[in-house]
Parts: sequence; structure tokens; C-alpha cells
Amino acid sequence: MKILVVDDEEDVQSLFQQKFRKEIRSNIFEFSFAFSGEEALDYLANHPSEVVMILSDINMPGMSGIELLKTIRVAHPSAPPQVMMITAYGDSKKHDEAMLLGADDFLTKPVNFVALKEKLLQLI
Amino acid sequence: MDYFLVTFFLVQYIRKTLQTKDQLPYWHKRIEYAQYLSVALLCTYYVADTPDWFGWVWHPFMILILFTAYKNDEFYSIRGIVQSVIPFVGVTVLESIVKLIAPSFYDKYESYFGAVAFFAFALCFIIWFYAQKQQKILLKEREDRIREEKESKAQKESLEYLVAERTYELTLQKEELQKTIEELKSTQNQLIQSEKMASLGELTAGIAHEIQNPLNFVNNFSEVSVELCEELVEEIEKSQLPDSEKSYIREIIGDLSQNQQKITHHGKRADSIVKGMLQHSRASSGELELVDVNALADEYMRLAYHGLRAKNKEFNSALVTDFDPSIGQVKVLPQDLGRVFLNLFTNAFYAVAEKKRKLAETDSGLDYKPEVKISTKKFADKLYIRVSDNGTGMPEHVKAKIFQPFFTTKPTGEGTGLGLSMSYEIVTNGHGGTLDVETIPGEKTEFRITLPMKD
Repeated sequence: MKILVVDDEEDVQSLFQQKFRKEIRSNIFEFSFAFSGEEALDYLANHPSEVVMILSDINMPGMSGIELLKTIRVAHPSAPPQVMMITAYGDSKKHDEAMLLGADDFLTKPVNFVALKEKLLQLI
Repeated sequence: MDYFLVTFFLVQYIRKTLQTKDQLPYWHKRIEYAQYLSVALLCTYYVADTPDWFGWVWHPFMILILFTAYKNDEFYSIRGIVQSVIPFVGVTVLESIVKLIAPSFYDKYESYFGAVAFFAFALCFIIWFYAQKQQKILLKEREDRIREEKESKAQKESLEYLVAERTYELTLQKEELQKTIEELKSTQNQLIQSEKMASLGELTAGIAHEIQNPLNFVNNFSEVSVELCEELVEEIEKSQLPDSEKSYIREIIGDLSQNQQKITHHGKRADSIVKGMLQHSRASSGELELVDVNALADEYMRLAYHGLRAKNKEFNSALVTDFDPSIGQVKVLPQDLGRVFLNLFTNAFYAVAEKKRKLAETDSGLDYKPEVKISTKKFADKLYIRVSDNGTGMPEHVKAKIFQPFFTTKPTGEGTGLGLSMSYEIVTNGHGGTLDVETIPGEKTEFRITLPMKD
């Protein structure tokens, strides 16, 4: 399963790679990373219909996670990827907005990796 | 006879005008003697069958009186009168001298001498009469002046009364203004205080947001490092290394893993503080709901009590409730207000537990009965909630800071110092109410929540 992680913090890449080391090694998950909303859209354009799941932060400089979500829902009406939004603790306004725009799920920071792993494994 | 009249009236006049009895007691005696003497001389004159030479007895007496009256400054004011007598004395003395030296001349012009003497005598009385009249006018003027003075004095008194009245009014006004100024000052202080709290709250939430992301990385990376250590140990077991080296490597990895766990543990601690801080910004969000505040307070009182009992089995306290059943349902933010209750009750139970512990150290805690009380009251569209305890109380410098974020008197790790600052935020910003505190060090503390009751 190909997963695109969108976050402006570059350390997120090594964190995911270490947290999902076993799954990556056994080819259950394949992670790609984008460090901004724009970069994520570029990636999606270059790799059409590959990405199954997008994990995106909401608070990012430039294009925000919400805008990214909006664009994806407009640009990929058919065969839509699953989108999981990640926000800071306790931001219920953003949560409601994201859900309204068609987010499939919602995670709060700090990300509970055990729960995330379970959710992802269920999707396979 | 005319001698006597002149002397007698002159002396009498002096006596009366100068009021010698009161003003000049020294001269009064002498004047009295002079009067007696003049009467005595008159009597002697008639007893001796009116001899001609008797004039020579009168002359020195009269000259002495004149001389005395003229020489002494005390009689300066009546010098005019004294002078009026001089012609008479001069004429009579001249008459006597002429009679003695030239009796024939005297006999020839006796009638002229008599006439001159009479005129001089009459002059004395005419002058006296006018003097008397003048005196009367002066006296009247003086009386007028005294009356005027009295009138002006009365006027002055009434003016003074008016001034005193005005002064009193002004003093009252001044006091009122001073009171208003003091009230304004205290309102200003309250405003400054609440502004401070609000900006501190914002700052706190802002800082928390900023800290949260890096802190998440610290926690996540330390956690994943622990997992990596476990994997590393597994890989080492698979390798061909001698056992002694394996165990040495295991030891190092064990320490490394332990360090990572410590980082995770303290990171989680920091995380819980950050979460507390973030509740500040969440305080005023959420929906107002109709809630039975009495039940809410009661629930959180028991929750806080059993929370503390779970940590400290020996602890106990009386729970006193005094609820106003007429409150009914009130529109509040139930979760937020519940958090306020939880904070206030936790603090109250902590205070009574601390007092009991301190008294136990000095063996005088046997008759101390810990008590935490909640009371509610509805009055004039306002809901008054009191949470009081008979615990340790607070000194003034502590009381001044309790609503500031991160201020705590509890030992490190037991309190974040955010409970009361958040409660303050919830009550004031979230509910538009007030939260204040009354305390007596060593005796009691009472937190007072006042909430407006919206329809």
C-alpha cells in the first residue's frame, strides 16, 4: 500500500521510516514524503493512481492541509485516495472543517503510532 | 465761695472724665483728699466768719492742683479744662496781691476787679459746659461705634456660620470624590489584573502550541529508539559473536534503552504540562448547556475526594453541602465548569490534608476536623458559588499570585500551577463571571464564583 505523508517537518520522514521499519521491509507499506501541500500535488500529478492513502498535517506554511484536501477532492473525483488529517491537540474547529470537506479520518498530535498502524493494516 | 466751686467742680470733673477710681487708683486717693480738703477749707472759711486773708489759703491750694494737673502726663487729655481755670486763678491771685500792696488802688477799682473775677469765674463754667457737651457727643459717637461693631460682629458670626456650613459640605464632597477615586483605582487594578491574566493565558497557550511539535518529536524519537534497541538486541543474538561480547553489548544497549525510556518519561511529563496549558485556549470554546449546577458540583466534589483518598488511604474530610434548590438549570459550559470544580475541590482537600499533616507533626492535630464545604445561592439573577475549606489558608504574597499560570505551592511534580489560572479563565472569559478568593492564613480559604444567570 502506497502512503504519502505530507508535513512541513522534515524529521517526520525518518520518524515514519523508523516506526514502520518492519512493515516497510516486508513491503506491506510504501511511504513517500512531501514537505508542503504544493509538493504533495506535484507528487500526485507525477504518480497518478498510485497513492492509496494520504496522511496530511493541517498547519503548514503555504498551502494548508485543508486546501490540499479541497484540491484533491476536486482533482481526483474518481478513484479518490483516502485522506487522513493530522492536527494539533484539541483543535475541534479544524476537525469539523476537515470532516466536512471529505476527510476519511482524523488524527491528533502527538500521533499514536500503534493506533495508526492498526488503522492502516485494516485498510489493506 | 467761688474758690470752692471752681476747685470742687474741677476736681469732680477730673474724677469723672478720667474715671480715676478704675484707671488711676494712685491719683484717685489724692483727688479725694483734695476734695475733702476743699470742703474743709470752705467750712473753715465760714466758721472763721469769712476773713479777707483766707484767699491766701486758697491760692497755694489752687496753684498746687493746677500745677499737679499740668505737670503729670496722666492728666494730659483734660489739659484744656485745666487751662480754663488759669485766668480765674490769675485774676484772684492778682486781686489779692493788689489788695495787699495797694489797698487804696484796690478800693478805688474794687468793682472792676470783682467784675473781671466774675467773668473769669463765668468763663470757667462756660468752657466746662461746652466741654461737657463735646463729651456727650463723643460719648454718643462711641456708643454708635460700639453698636456698629456689635452689628458687624453678628454679621461676621453669621458669615462664619455660612463658611463652616460650606466647608462641611465641601468636606463631604471631597470625601465622596476620594471614595470614588479609590473605587476607580480598585476597578482599574482589577482591569489591569484581568488584562494581565488574559494576556498571560494567551501567551501560555501560544507557547504551548509552539512547544508541542518539537516535544512530539522528542517523545516519538525516544520511543522508536527503544524499539530499535530491542531489535538490535535480537540481531545481536543471531550473530556469531562470543557470549562474553554479546553480554557486554547487551549491557550497553540496555543502558541506551533505559536512557531513551527516561527521555520518554520526562517528555510525557512535559507533554502533560503542555496539554494543561492548551486547555487555556480551549476554555472558552464549547456550547452553553442547561445544567443542574448543584449536581455538577456535588459530582466533582466526590470525584476530587475519592481521587485523593485513592492516593492517601488515611485521608478523610467532612463534605458539607449547602445547595439552593431554587437554582434549577443554569446555562453553563458543563465540561469547563466541571474542571473548575475539580480544581477548587482538589485544592481544598489538599489544603486540609496539609494542615492535618502539619498538625500531626506537632502532636496537636487530634481535635482538628477537616471540612470542605460547597454552597450555592441564587440571588438577583446571579449565581453565587462558594467553595471553602478549613485548611492551611494562604499568606498575602501567595494569594496575590494564585491565578497566575505556573504558580504553585505544591512540590515539584504534584501540581502544574495551571489549575487556578485555567479556572479563572473559564469563569471570567468563558462565563462572564468573577472568581475571587478570601483567606485567613492557617485557618481557612474560600473561593467565590459569581456567575450571571442568562435566560
